Amino acid sequence: MAKPNSYRTGPDETGHFGIFGGQFVAETLMPLILELDAAYEASKKDPEFAEELSGLLKHFVGRESPLYFAERLTEHYGGAKIYLKREDLNHTGAHKINNCMGQILLARRMGKKRIIAETGAGQHGVATATVAARFGLKCAIYMGETDIERQKPNVFRMKLLGAEVIPVKSGARTLKDAMNEALRDWVTNVEDTFYIIGTVAGPHPYPELVRDFQCVIGEETRRQIMEAEGRLPDTLLACIGGGSNAMGLFHPFLDDESIDIIGVEAAGHGIDTDKHAASLKGGRPGVLHGNRTYLLQDDDGQILEAHSISAGLDYPGIGPEHSWLNDIGRVKYVNATDTEALEAFQLCCKLEGIIPALESAHALAYLEKLAPDLPKDHLIVVNLSGRGDKDIFTVADALGVEL
Amino acid sequence: MSETRIDRRFKALKADGRAAFVTYVMAGDPNFETALEIVKGLPGAGADIIELGLPFTDPMADGPAIQQAGLRALASGTTLKKTLKLVSEFRTGDDETPIVLMGYYNPIYSYGVDQFLIDAKAAGVDGLIVVDLPSEEDTELCLPARDAGLNFIRLATPTTDDKRLPKVLANSSGFLYYVSIAGTTGAAAPKPSDVAQALTRIRKTTDLPIAVGFGLRTGEQAAEIAKIADGAVVGTALVEQVALGNSDDDKVKRVLDLAREISAGIRSVNKT
Repeated sequence: MAKPNSYRTGPDETGHFGIFGGQFVAETLMPLILELDAAYEASKKDPEFAEELSGLLKHFVGRESPLYFAERLTEHYGGAKIYLKREDLNHTGAHKINNCMGQILLARRMGKKRIIAETGAGQHGVATATVAARFGLKCAIYMGETDIERQKPNVFRMKLLGAEVIPVKSGARTLKDAMNEALRDWVTNVEDTFYIIGTVAGPHPYPELVRDFQCVIGEETRRQIMEAEGRLPDTLLACIGGGSNAMGLFHPFLDDESIDIIGVEAAGHGIDTDKHAASLKGGRPGVLHGNRTYLLQDDDGQILEAHSISAGLDYPGIGPEHSWLNDIGRVKYVNATDTEALEAFQLCCKLEGIIPALESAHALAYLEKLAPDLPKDHLIVVNLSGRGDKDIFTVADALGVEL
Repeated sequence: MSETRIDRRFKALKADGRAAFVTYVMAGDPNFETALEIVKGLPGAGADIIELGLPFTDPMADGPAIQQAGLRALASGTTLKKTLKLVSEFRTGDDETPIVLMGYYNPIYSYGVDQFLIDAKAAGVDGLIVVDLPSEEDTELCLPARDAGLNFIRLATPTTDDKRLPKVLANSSGFLYYVSIAGTTGAAAPKPSDVAQALTRIRKTTDLPIAVGFGLRTGEQAAEIAKIADGAVVGTALVEQVALGNSDDDKVKRVLDLAREISAGIRSVNKT
């Protein structure tokens, strides 16, 4: 594949990143998606929109989030200098709210009265319920029954915030099925409903607009590392389910070709087993949920269930821009197993006094393979995309501890 | 493109002065043999056109009944290849009734579009309805299908406004499937007056026959639609009979009995 002049110009006018992306949705939704695209384009040209969003990100979300030198992790690995981008310190405890705040402002501009969303770990559900409460809009969150069971604290949070949590009983009852149900809701309630998709996937323009709303992570990181070190980092590291926290960190650095950019997929029980969520390593291109991207699927094109200890990574697809960056070779995609993520989770707790989300622990897990052999002046930024309070029951269970 | 079985069927029905009864059943539900018996029996029970559902793990536009039918079909080992085999076996006894495959894109994309079109044509398929391929994605399958001599049938919905309609119709052929409600398959029945208004609007833009579906369950409802449309589509109600039947024979009987009842409703409307 030919190298583009810039890695940051996508998608093209038809919503494609190379062969990936597109608008694969039912006709009922097409007019809405075109309307959203027009509203988003208009908002980009409106300085008031940017001003309102940045004010809310500062005063409501608590941005900017720190870029923190992880001194003891650095000592532990004895190699590269490790920085953590502290998205866990945002209001609601993860990067998800950056995107939700952007989308709810769009929803308000479009005059929508009701918000729906899908959620896996519950972080996106909580963030959506939060912004819906903040602006007084009705909110329904679709969540798989399996995830409701393993993320009880977040379910209760959403309810406290006034959202209706609708259990999804189809399929494996996880994120994929929640997304199907949210799409069915949207097809049925086209008039008044805005669908806040939580990751850089779905029909165009979602992958683009979610990315743009998450790019605040990378833009701040650029500024902060210049302040701290007087230069750009050498390596960026982030976990990938759908890939929104990773895209938010990576995108502003894509054209700095000296920087190694690494995304970590969830390898579950191992990439050689049938229980993982590594769409790029274990899947092939297909069409699901409005876009063409790498998918876990069988020989007949039926979608397979993903598995990860982390509910937020438990999805058989990945954002289309990641698929493109993979094929074109700009970003390297690796993976970490449940076990490796659990170890990194505990290490981060003990050495840094930070309980990371199990999702983010996948990115931390890769440090062990990467950091020790690198020189001490090599700068790594890891996106600590969320905090792990929501995961303590899952972790206790995995460690055989009864709470 | 040259005339297809679908074109011929609508022409003949127009001459007869009645609307088409379009039936939807899921390929391989509950198993290959029973589904084949159902499909073979449908023309005799009054079906003018058969839509054969392609099962998919993630049917985003379908309600619970068709979701369940898809899961039953997948559990019985249905693949796209076996569905095409079902069509070719049906064709050995019926060379007239049009068969339209209806489903989602990924299994077709996975099979390979070019090979799929060759095999579908050879099996005796006449048209395709692919729910997640709007006109924005015409180069994927719609245009290649047309070149291969298959009708690509498009869905128009209450959200398809006058500005968008020509784009939806542009490369479609066979008939237009008007989805009478914004929602998933098997949801509430449409109000005939709303549908009539929409059809008047759409007919200003196209001469294609228009079949109306989503939410029709009874002969009476289908008859109301037959008065104003060129065809009435019934899917969920038929598929539910498969779930209700207590044996394979009973499932076949239930589906065909209901088809006969609905067909009688549609045939009671004389449009000459």
